[in-house]
Amino acid sequence: MTMFSSRNWREYPHRYRLEATKFTKSGKTYFPKRMVDPVTGDTEQEMVTLPETGKVITYTIIQIAPPQWGDQAPYALAVVELTDGTRLMAQMTDCDTTKVKIGMEVRIEFRKIQAEADHGVISYGYKFVPKWY
Amino acid sequence: MAGIVGYGAHLPRHRIKVEEIAKVWGADAPSYKKGLMLREKSVPPPDMDTITLSVEAAKNALRRSGGVDPKDIGAIYIGSESHPYAVKPSGTTVAEALGATPDIHCADFEFACKAGSEAMFVALSHVDAKAMPYALAIAADTSQGAPSDALEFSAAAGAAAFIMGSKNLIADCLFTHSYMTDMPDFWRREHQFYPQHGGRFTGEEAYFAHTKGATSAILKKAGMKPSDFNYAIFHQPNGKFPQRVALEQGFTQEQIDPGWLAPTLGNTYSGASPVGLSATLDIAKPGDMILMCSYGSGAGSDAFVWKVTDRIDEVRDLAVRTKKLLDENVIYIDYGTYAKYRHKIKKNA
Repeated sequence: MTMFSSRNWREYPHRYRLEATKFTKSGKTYFPKRMVDPVTGDTEQEMVTLPETGKVITYTIIQIAPPQWGDQAPYALAVVELTDGTRLMAQMTDCDTTKVKIGMEVRIEFRKIQAEADHGVISYGYKFVPKWY
Repeated sequence: MAGIVGYGAHLPRHRIKVEEIAKVWGADAPSYKKGLMLREKSVPPPDMDTITLSVEAAKNALRRSGGVDPKDIGAIYIGSESHPYAVKPSGTTVAEALGATPDIHCADFEFACKAGSEAMFVALSHVDAKAMPYALAIAADTSQGAPSDALEFSAAAGAAAFIMGSKNLIADCLFTHSYMTDMPDFWRREHQFYPQHGGRFTGEEAYFAHTKGATSAILKKAGMKPSDFNYAIFHQPNGKFPQRVALEQGFTQEQIDPGWLAPTLGNTYSGASPVGLSATLDIAKPGDMILMCSYGSGAGSDAFVWKVTDRIDEVRDLAVRTKKLLDENVIYIDYGTYAKYRHKIKKNA
């Protein structure tokens, strides 16, 4: 099942531009955005844009992928801690799965995430690539 | 006149060598390498297309722009012959990803390999007309060559982006000249997957006539001669054509070297001379004069005379250099992987 294009459209702010919510009282950043801080109940917030580099905290290798990513298997899914401390999960790309290591430095790149076959809408968003420059 | 406020490129890391393609089709690799003056080409992985290349190139241009707010960009024009959709613009996705929506004008340009310089030309014109403070022009392609065709050895992927403005310039555009005629040298009809070309007819009457026509006209307009330039960049369908057109007009190998990328990059179509300009700006010094001349089949050439400003020294290392993307950390793939990445293998739906 591919993602509905209407859902993807609603998620552009975080999928395209890494927009996150920073709450005033706790100073905590949430990604994707939240209306209410789940710890303090605070609603006072500002929009921040996440940094584009970080380190792999943990990862898993997908050998048998869902159909829309079948041609890309094997690939890694990684939880990355960005330089501001925010953690997020995404697919690793341009990366040999045998080379993925905890602690490796990565950069975020804008990539195709999936498509509704050859005729449907293409969804774009963030992936991690090895940081080599 | 208006000029470049920020520039940047993006290239895939994947490459395929001429030998790898030649062995599948029983072609003689050394003669192709010599004939095309090309050793390998870039290949976009399955999750990369003209839109994703455009976004990354544009981000590099923003990094070198001295803090241009994307909301101040009045237009985003993307020139490509490989827009991911037949109907749905590439420009709006790029604008959304950069945070430049909704008060913006977007258009996707097409003109074979000249679509990128066309976008640059129009973006400069908007700024010159004072219609907007900044206009972003992007030249990007993930071009396809039919299996076993000569084009398969060269059709590559890459992008360059230029934020045009009137203040805080990196390179001032002193002159432009466009030269075009109706030329049936290369085309792709609606619903056809691969383009077709006129073989040897793509040379003298097509590529060389138009690049020379545009170059001699802009030199006359500017009152300049080849030796007045520090660098020159010509469209690069292969390694040989840009070298020949440069030398025949009195430019030297040293003048074209920094932007002569086709021998290891291939033909990035709309991206070709713009990516060459990006690589040339990376090493240019204040005061340097640069001639750029595109070529698009159908056919036409857009020529530009750029004068590099003092700001180049402040901005060149605010984003990755083009040659670094070209030369370092490349991933070589075999023909099977290439065929899969480029959707050349028939599968059940």
